[in-house]
Amino acid sequence: MKAFTTLNGLVCPLDRANVDTDAIIPKQFLKSIKRSGFGPYLFDEWRYTDQGEPGMDCTNRPLKKDFVLNQSRYRGAEILLARDNFGCGSSREHAPWAIEDYGFRAIIAPSFADIFFSNCYKNGVLPIVASAAIVDQLFRECAATQGYRLRVDLETQTVRNPAGEWFSFDITPHRKHCMLKGLDEIGLTLQHAGEIKAFEAKHQEAQPWLFA
Amino acid sequence: MAGKTLYDKLWDSHVVREENDGTCLIYIDRHLMHEVTSPQAFEGMRLAGRRPWRSTSIVANPDHNTPTDHWDEGIKDPISRLQVETLDANIKDFGALVYFPFKHANQGIIHVIGPENGTTLPGMTVVCGDSHTSTHGAFGALAHGIGTSEVEHVLATQTLVAKRSSRMLIKVDGKVGAGVTAKDIALAIIGKIGTAGGTGYAIEFGGEAIRALSIEGRMTLCNMAIEGGARAGLVAPDEKTIEYLKGRQFAPKGADWDKAIAYWRTLTSDADAQFDTVIELDAAAIEPQVTWGTSPEQVLSIGARVPNPANEPDPQKRAGIERALQYMGLVADTPISKIKLDKVFIGSCTNSRIEDLRAAAAVAKGKQKAASVQQVLIVPGSGQVKRQAEAEGLDKVFIAAGFEWREPGCSMCLAMNADRLEPGERCASTSNRNFEGRQGNGGRTHLVSPEMAAAAAIAGHFVDIRNF
Ligand code: SF4
Repeated sequence: MKAFTTLNGLVCPLDRANVDTDAIIPKQFLKSIKRSGFGPYLFDEWRYTDQGEPGMDCTNRPLKKDFVLNQSRYRGAEILLARDNFGCGSSREHAPWAIEDYGFRAIIAPSFADIFFSNCYKNGVLPIVASAAIVDQLFRECAATQGYRLRVDLETQTVRNPAGEWFSFDITPHRKHCMLKGLDEIGLTLQHAGEIKAFEAKHQEAQPWLFA
Repeated sequence: MAGKTLYDKLWDSHVVREENDGTCLIYIDRHLMHEVTSPQAFEGMRLAGRRPWRSTSIVANPDHNTPTDHWDEGIKDPISRLQVETLDANIKDFGALVYFPFKHANQGIIHVIGPENGTTLPGMTVVCGDSHTSTHGAFGALAHGIGTSEVEHVLATQTLVAKRSSRMLIKVDGKVGAGVTAKDIALAIIGKIGTAGGTGYAIEFGGEAIRALSIEGRMTLCNMAIEGGARAGLVAPDEKTIEYLKGRQFAPKGADWDKAIAYWRTLTSDADAQFDTVIELDAAAIEPQVTWGTSPEQVLSIGARVPNPANEPDPQKRAGIERALQYMGLVADTPISKIKLDKVFIGSCTNSRIEDLRAAAAVAKGKQKAASVQQVLIVPGSGQVKRQAEAEGLDKVFIAAGFEWREPGCSMCLAMNADRLEPGERCASTSNRNFEGRQGNGGRTHLVSPEMAAAAAIAGHFVDIRNF
């Protein structure tokens, strides 16, 4: 996983609530047995006028011009600005894989769906919860300003706009540590293998049928 | 000190260690797997040179990509086939307690086969790289979906890094009327709390109407907890749960059985347990439900009319209604009962068990599908369900009604196999998600109970099952 420290990124606004994982990456792309290469199919049905299929070369596919990702002013965006309940629906990690592969490193929204939220951290994508009022303001500023950028600093847990105004966000110390260092969580957990073994032995004694 | 909720009891009995910030390592008893969300996890294990911590915790089978007809011809789509074969190879290499490959007599949807084999038990922690793992909460197991990185984490360490959820109690008291099912209760709850209403919570379902549900009905309800935003849904085990599990292949036997049921009976929320949120519904007020939009919270009673965005003061919500109406090809204020269907799908981990098929067959018996309905798919949840239905002659009832009787799998719930809607087609579906494109690019989904789906297949439009 890529480490995340600071990001000064162009912002792309996606003004819809309840954006579900089927919209983020449609099911036909879930047939892949790889972790990478999903970026060109991110928001496939909203982005292209034809029907996307896995393995398709997307460079010449017909675009839906109105969709934000297709507007030149948002090309190269690294921060996705979204609305309530972003990432609802399935547990598919292909959703954060597609977001990351496209080039987004952070998502700002008033709320996220639980599974999507934790999947983001595992892939170096920082989900930032901001109040509805702040998100409203960011949408307004983003619409009004070409090349609107935000500066995210994970160490200080802050996001700063071009005018220098800032807000802070929450993250658990454990997740922050893993993100800052780009750590492999499995390696960290295996440092506690002895404790897991001890727990398992006790658990098996109490409920042997769980180990049939 | 206040008593504990069921959720707390399940959580506390699985904590391996806890950090100062409340992050816990939780021990995982059962790991369910299917072909879609596992290949990258096995690949990660291989790259790191890791072996599974306890492969006998694994119950696996392919379900999303498998066809539901012409099994003799195999899987035609080469990409789907590769994914299924990859699961075969991974299980062969890494091991499992139970594996039903494609075409095995017991293959089915993973959330149907776990419970029917007794590999889901009260008091367990159950995970799967699939959000509808919440289904297994019907047994009083702490069950929820995880991402693929977490699948790999569980494979390698038998644990998950997680934080305690908040606790919500949804109490449904009173009795439901005739024709009102677990599916209608689930949809009515989501209509009330919204698709984000349960975010951050584990929901326990309680009250007279929940106790009255069969185990299969409880599975339908917990299955859709995720559609209400909650990773986990729970129903406390009771005598029905014990009765259901008795004698199943992986259920405890002999002295273990007695010890197990004594423990399971303690798995209830204490009378003085504190919930962070309590929501109450009156069962008698719940009517048969139909979704009209592209989110499960966009749901109404059968007697209602499609909403009019002009009546919605909040601009964000108004835009949402307009977008949903446009996608769904619906005109504001149309009575739900005037909506005509092109296809009907009865299946999925929400409603493909034997009771669902019996209910649909009871409606279809001696009747014919409407000529305007092109296709009615009946897809049993597992090989066992299929055999049971055939032993009861349900397949004949469906075939006589002009419905198609298929092999088990996820099928048109998400259209990763050949069963799908064409752009613009409208479907009454017993599945759990009506998102844009869910059942096929441009397809339009209305979520309903099996009874309501069968009645719609016969009438050609939605009808109130209570007057059918
Ligand atoms: S039936 Fe549908 S919801 Fe259930 S596991 Fe299969 S695809 Fe997912």
